[in-house]
Amino acid sequence: MSSTKYILGLFADPDELMHGIDTLQKNSVPIYDVFTPMPIHGIEKKLGIKDSRLGYAAFMFGCLGGTTIFSMAYFMLVHDWPMNIGGKPAFAVPDLIPITFEWTVLFTAFGMTLTFFYATHLFPGRTPRVMDYRATDDRFVIAIDAKGNIPHDDITNLLKEAGAVEVKHNDRKYVSYE
Amino acid sequence: MASHSESIIREPLITGKDITYAQITNDVLRPVENMPGKAWWIGFSVASLGACLWVVAISYTFWNGIGAWGLNKTVGWAWDITGFVWWVGIGHAGTLISAILLLFRQNWRNSINRSAEAMTIFAVICAATYILAHMGRPWMALFSLPIPNQYGSLWVNFNSPLIWDVFAISTYFSVSLVFWYTGLLPDLATIRDRATGVRRKIYSVLSFGWTGSVKTWQRFETVCLILAGISTPLVLSVHTIVSMDFATSLEPGWHTTIFPPYFVAGAIFSGFAMVQTLLLVTRKVLGLENYITMFHIEAMNKIILLTGSIVGVAYLTEFFIAYYSGGEYEQYTFLNRFIGPYWWAGCMMYGCNVLMTQLMWFKKIRTNIPISWVLSIVVNIGMWFERFVIIVVSLHRDFVPSSWAMFYPTWVDVSVFIGSIGLFFTMFLLFIRVLPSIAMAEVKLILKSSSEQAKLKLIRDGHLDKEQVDYYKETLTTFDSVDITDYQKV
Repeated sequence: MSSTKYILGLFADPDELMHGIDTLQKNSVPIYDVFTPMPIHGIEKKLGIKDSRLGYAAFMFGCLGGTTIFSMAYFMLVHDWPMNIGGKPAFAVPDLIPITFEWTVLFTAFGMTLTFFYATHLFPGRTPRVMDYRATDDRFVIAIDAKGNIPHDDITNLLKEAGAVEVKHNDRKYVSYE
Repeated sequence: MASHSESIIREPLITGKDITYAQITNDVLRPVENMPGKAWWIGFSVASLGACLWVVAISYTFWNGIGAWGLNKTVGWAWDITGFVWWVGIGHAGTLISAILLLFRQNWRNSINRSAEAMTIFAVICAATYILAHMGRPWMALFSLPIPNQYGSLWVNFNSPLIWDVFAISTYFSVSLVFWYTGLLPDLATIRDRATGVRRKIYSVLSFGWTGSVKTWQRFETVCLILAGISTPLVLSVHTIVSMDFATSLEPGWHTTIFPPYFVAGAIFSGFAMVQTLLLVTRKVLGLENYITMFHIEAMNKIILLTGSIVGVAYLTEFFIAYYSGGEYEQYTFLNRFIGPYWWAGCMMYGCNVLMTQLMWFKKIRTNIPISWVLSIVVNIGMWFERFVIIVVSLHRDFVPSSWAMFYPTWVDVSVFIGSIGLFFTMFLLFIRVLPSIAMAEVKLILKSSSEQAKLKLIRDGHLDKEQVDYYKETLTTFDSVDITDYQKV
């Protein structure tokens, strides 16, 4: 039995990569993932990746930030330590606009970015699970799960026909950094 | 990808004949992966001497108190707040380039955003040190935060613009840092995958395990776009709030409603000038002429011209409103800028910011690298004087003539200022040594659509008629890093 875990098609050009995806999909070869050194627009539709919902997270964190500072200011200025400065109201709302805005932005930025890290499993020191070292440099990589797929040689031929400059049969799941 | 290409009449954003994805990585990472050259060492030695001066001067200030500065009871804000506002202003170009230009889909930002964002971070650090030092008791800085303290129900005064400042600057710094670092992840992964040994371990930690999978890229772009969307009003709000430190007072020369837009325009003006100062040298020293091209330099000069002109209009408006208000103190303050003892500072401000900037109307000047570099420094000098004029010249003669006084800086004032410049350049030089100064992933993104070779390919494939080809050949002479002889085959 073959020990190949992943078949990688390495492309030198993003357009050829797109062509490779089309070819594989036409031949009903399921694609595990695609790794590129830069974002490629339109590829997510091709691979059936749903739109990101990070925008909703951003909105919720923004609301949380705005509400937090506004409530804090109310508590501090009206409830905990009201000051009579020339008879001016303790809770002067226009004065709170700058700080409310700033914390809305602050919470949005941090909340959304942390959600992004959480959702994509990125955190400091995480062992990188790259398929090929050049996938972050100049190669556009299509990874195909080797298990239960059509004969590997056929996949290799399909990738080569689509313009892959190199095809690799990896017997490890990832290139190891450990 | 395949369907997208830019019009031939748009200047290429990447010059050079045979640039490949691999070459972009090699070119950008050359200073990171190799020992730095002589120019870097010279620059670093000078800058770190300046940083040492800063350490000495700031330590002296902390030890002796701010009596070591030339402040007096009339001029209670002087070089420190001048330096603070100047540095915060310089920081603004980074966010403008990374956020506003991203929202407007201005791809030319891709080559300069990383350095500009780094510049923002370092400039805001310099600004923050001024504020901490100005407190006199920097260990009490936490009192400016809305946190419980040992004095019972003692909270910060949310009605004070100085507290708005605390919120604005700290938010601005943290959001800029998050934006910058998130954008760095793909490039850190590139360095990691090319490195060996300890370097690989370090960059492995820093790159958060980035792999470059499609889903990550999609979400990464969403995050960047939303961060740009919220940073855009943020950057406008920050200098607006800084201007309110002045505008909400009753001080003649400060109490003016034009300050928020005027300060924002001035900030972008000085920020772009500093980006220009840094990048004109960086591109030469690091050999990045193909990525930071004449187009970028000219585009930045155009923004300097635009914002400089807005600042000029703001100066005129200030004068007119001082006259139109009928307030004699206000009128005197503005006259005092020209006929008072600090007339030279006023002349520097108007001369550098308004008159010199107008030279940028001439294309020959806009596209001349040495002149652009000198002008960018002139703008920064002018903007420093603008803050000096607003702060010191307004304060030194206010409502009561018996309290009129002059401000004379001490050696500590001067050393803190020169030292902060040294500190800034030290941080910037270290940055270009350990991190990619150009966002590689973003530059790779535009290689197939906006580069010189993409346009050449269009010509070679016969997609363009003769007129367009001739036009293209003419434009080649405008690029500084390529030669018409390279294109004989076209």
